[in-house]
Amino acid sequence: MNIIDRRLNPKSKSLGNRQRFVRRAKADIREAVKDALKKRKVSEVEGSEKISIRSKSVREPSFSHSRDTGTRDMVLPGNKDYKVGDLIPKPQGGGGGGGGGQASADGEGQDDFVFTLTKDEFLDLFFEDLKLPNLIKTRLKDLKSPVPQRAGYTTDGPPAKLNRVRTMRRSLARRIALRRPKDTDVLQLERALAEAETDEPRDENRIAELRARLDRMLRLRRTIAYVDPIDLQYNRTERVPRPATQAVMFCLMDASASMTEPLKDLAKRFFMLLHLFLSRHYREVDVVFVRHTSTASEVDEETFFRGVETGGTVISTALEEMDRIVRDRYSPEDWNIYAAQASDGDNIPDDMGRCLDLVENHLLPACQYFAYIEVSEQIGFGDTIVWDGYKEIAERNKHFAMRRVTSPAEIFPVFHELFSASAGS
Amino acid sequence: MIMTDIFKPAVKAEKPLFDGPDWNFDLIRDVYDAIAEVGLGEMGLDIYRNQIEVITAEQMLDAYSSIGMPVMYRHWSFGKRFAHDEMYYRKGARSLAFEIVINSDPCINYIMEENSMTMQCLVLAHAAMGHNHFFKNNYLFKQWTQADAILEYLAFAKKFVADCEERFGVSAVEAVIDAAHALMNQGVSRNAAPRRRFDPAKARQREIKRREYEIEIYNELWRTLPQSKPEAKAEEVVIDPTPPIVPEENLLYFLEKYSPKLPAWKREILRIVRVLSTYFYPQRQTKVMNEGCATFVHYEIMNRLYEKGLVTDGSMLEFMHMHSAVVYQPGFSDRGFGGFNPYALGFAMMRDIKRICLDPTDEDRKWFPDFAGNGQPMETLKDAWANFRDESFIHQFLSPKVIRDFRLFHIRNKSEDHAVRVEAIHDEMGYRDVRRLLARQYDVSQQDPDIQVTDADLSGSRRLVLTHFVRDGILLDKDECDRTLMHVARLWGFRVRLVEVDNMTGAKLREHETLPLP
Repeated sequence: MNIIDRRLNPKSKSLGNRQRFVRRAKADIREAVKDALKKRKVSEVEGSEKISIRSKSVREPSFSHSRDTGTRDMVLPGNKDYKVGDLIPKPQGGGGGGGGGQASADGEGQDDFVFTLTKDEFLDLFFEDLKLPNLIKTRLKDLKSPVPQRAGYTTDGPPAKLNRVRTMRRSLARRIALRRPKDTDVLQLERALAEAETDEPRDENRIAELRARLDRMLRLRRTIAYVDPIDLQYNRTERVPRPATQAVMFCLMDASASMTEPLKDLAKRFFMLLHLFLSRHYREVDVVFVRHTSTASEVDEETFFRGVETGGTVISTALEEMDRIVRDRYSPEDWNIYAAQASDGDNIPDDMGRCLDLVENHLLPACQYFAYIEVSEQIGFGDTIVWDGYKEIAERNKHFAMRRVTSPAEIFPVFHELFSASAGS
Repeated sequence: MIMTDIFKPAVKAEKPLFDGPDWNFDLIRDVYDAIAEVGLGEMGLDIYRNQIEVITAEQMLDAYSSIGMPVMYRHWSFGKRFAHDEMYYRKGARSLAFEIVINSDPCINYIMEENSMTMQCLVLAHAAMGHNHFFKNNYLFKQWTQADAILEYLAFAKKFVADCEERFGVSAVEAVIDAAHALMNQGVSRNAAPRRRFDPAKARQREIKRREYEIEIYNELWRTLPQSKPEAKAEEVVIDPTPPIVPEENLLYFLEKYSPKLPAWKREILRIVRVLSTYFYPQRQTKVMNEGCATFVHYEIMNRLYEKGLVTDGSMLEFMHMHSAVVYQPGFSDRGFGGFNPYALGFAMMRDIKRICLDPTDEDRKWFPDFAGNGQPMETLKDAWANFRDESFIHQFLSPKVIRDFRLFHIRNKSEDHAVRVEAIHDEMGYRDVRRLLARQYDVSQQDPDIQVTDADLSGSRRLVLTHFVRDGILLDKDECDRTLMHVARLWGFRVRLVEVDNMTGAKLREHETLPLP
């Protein structure tokens, strides 16, 4: 008997199979992911998700008997009081017969295949094909984490970096150049010497000559090292700074009283998605949260998503705040600047002129992309004052996009439209 | 004849082998030795060498999803199974098997680290003794599987499939495996034992030769000639020149040999799936016997260890608790009834054989004159384990007592009626009827649809005709059938037709036809 501890063997042996499966079921899973999004609360977006898919693409057919044709004989256990000749009515829908045993759990559930996606798989599918448009400005960032890069060979270094192949190659070249006797030559000579010593008659001259040659050979082998310090070659690495793209995303949200709870929820869902997307796909993205009523302020993530403050509406305050922050901290020369604004389309009429001026003349020239989301309970009462104003800007500027959202179900499609790989170009 | 040692009174040991739930490797070794002493020494079992591998729950799930084999080629269906099992396991809806045992030489037993020492003991007795003995001695396993070659073959298969994926793309390989899996149950030649012993070295040789030939005939100059054959060399099609013999029940074999369009590597994949299907064929036919044998053996061994004082009262209670859960058979009307529990039926029948050998009633003497009261239960059982499969075993050994204990009854379900009729119950009139039908229920060739290749036009229209010989008017599930036919058409490359014919009257009942997608 042999006992082996396999517990430390590499885990997830079936990962390859799982990837193949997820790839295969991708289309179905994406549908399911969208459905799942509708049902979830904002705070739950991140986390693993149970996904139930229609097993269209993952069906494994085989020739099997149909349940509703022909005559079947069957032996079952657990007879209580049936006698020969008794008739047992068939259960509804189940062809199995026998009092409902087989008809139990299958039925409807059979088409659906339920399993759990990991958080990574979920988000990967979720944000597939999305990206920030016009991410073009790059510059050498400060050398926070330079990347090691191979840079030839050196003659000294730590033993771990010894390049054995190169070292041995040089050693071999040197040995050949200096005519260091080979093992086989020595062996041959030794054999010849042994033979000569046993030969009859003894040829002393030859023996002496052979011995002299052997001595010389051994001396040469001692003086010419097999591996000499000058053979040593080490791999050299250099730490190289990498150019990085820097981006900042401004999230501007209307928190005024006209934004009802459901509307705020819609807007927050959108920003939540945006935030998740950015933090997942771009390592070096700053996110600036600005919320406004009749005044605007930069807030942290927590306050942005969970704060409850309300008041009047002056949109330009938020735009001014953004303009100020851009001037202070994010020079458009170095930064790719993005903005997403959400509001219910309500604003003080006097303020609109200022808004449009700010957006078109100050912010848009600095921005790579500006997205405006209008949340409303329903569509159909004509354009809001903000929508009306922004419409003209959108016509003149390609990198300004605007969309309406009326229900959580639309968030994902709208998000997808705004940030699909081809948007804004 | 001498009575088997296991029925002699036990010598009490001074102290039990273990106390408490914790296990370690030394303990497992000691327990294994004690179990082997009972199993091999006293019961006279004959086993392959054992290799015991301790694994984690996650690894157990892994093993599950690749049909229990330690090495397996990659395919999404295994990932699907894994995803499914994993979810149920995490929910706590389903517990994992305590062990997996592989019919190989040496016999590999996976045991889980979460098991308590009592469970490890039970598992070793069950798998390392019971299943192992059955694998080594049952005629089906001897005839159909090569315990010493299977792991090596799987390693070859895995590598071959991986190479193909690299050369021809994952999705191309996937399509072939999908199709082959769909025909897995039609991949066994039931009436002939496997044609040739598998020699992994030979298979590799075959593959190397093929590649060498490709390289040899490759000539840069040919590329400059005007293209007359756009097909790449690796895609070359070589068909067995001997004319096909129909009818042929092994669809995978037929397609591998005669499909007009398949390149060599696809044929090899069909062959791999066919070999697997053949390897598992005995297991499908011996569920009751295999589990019954293992359960009987673990029950005897545990009791014997207890008698010897090697197992504490506490462990014995833990064991009884698990054992009774394993051999529980819900009635047909109970919640959670999912057909017969092979552990329960097999165990009950084998215990009953032991009883008949040692303490028969008049009824038993009448029904089993051959061995009733012969006083040699182990010999009788070993003979049964070696020479029967589920169907014949039930036919031969199901006693009226077991029929009564299980309260078996026979019903007939006609699709056109609104009620099923009880045809026989556990009484003098019904025993033989129930026994015959239960045996048939375990006959795999009766359970799988009988589908055969009946015509293949290799030179003209190249149409392939399959015939389903319909028994008792039971047709194929139309939806599944159409989907499976698509797979057949993909492998065949031309029109495929499936005719359903009544096997008694020869009347044509239904027809399906499919063309391969371009």
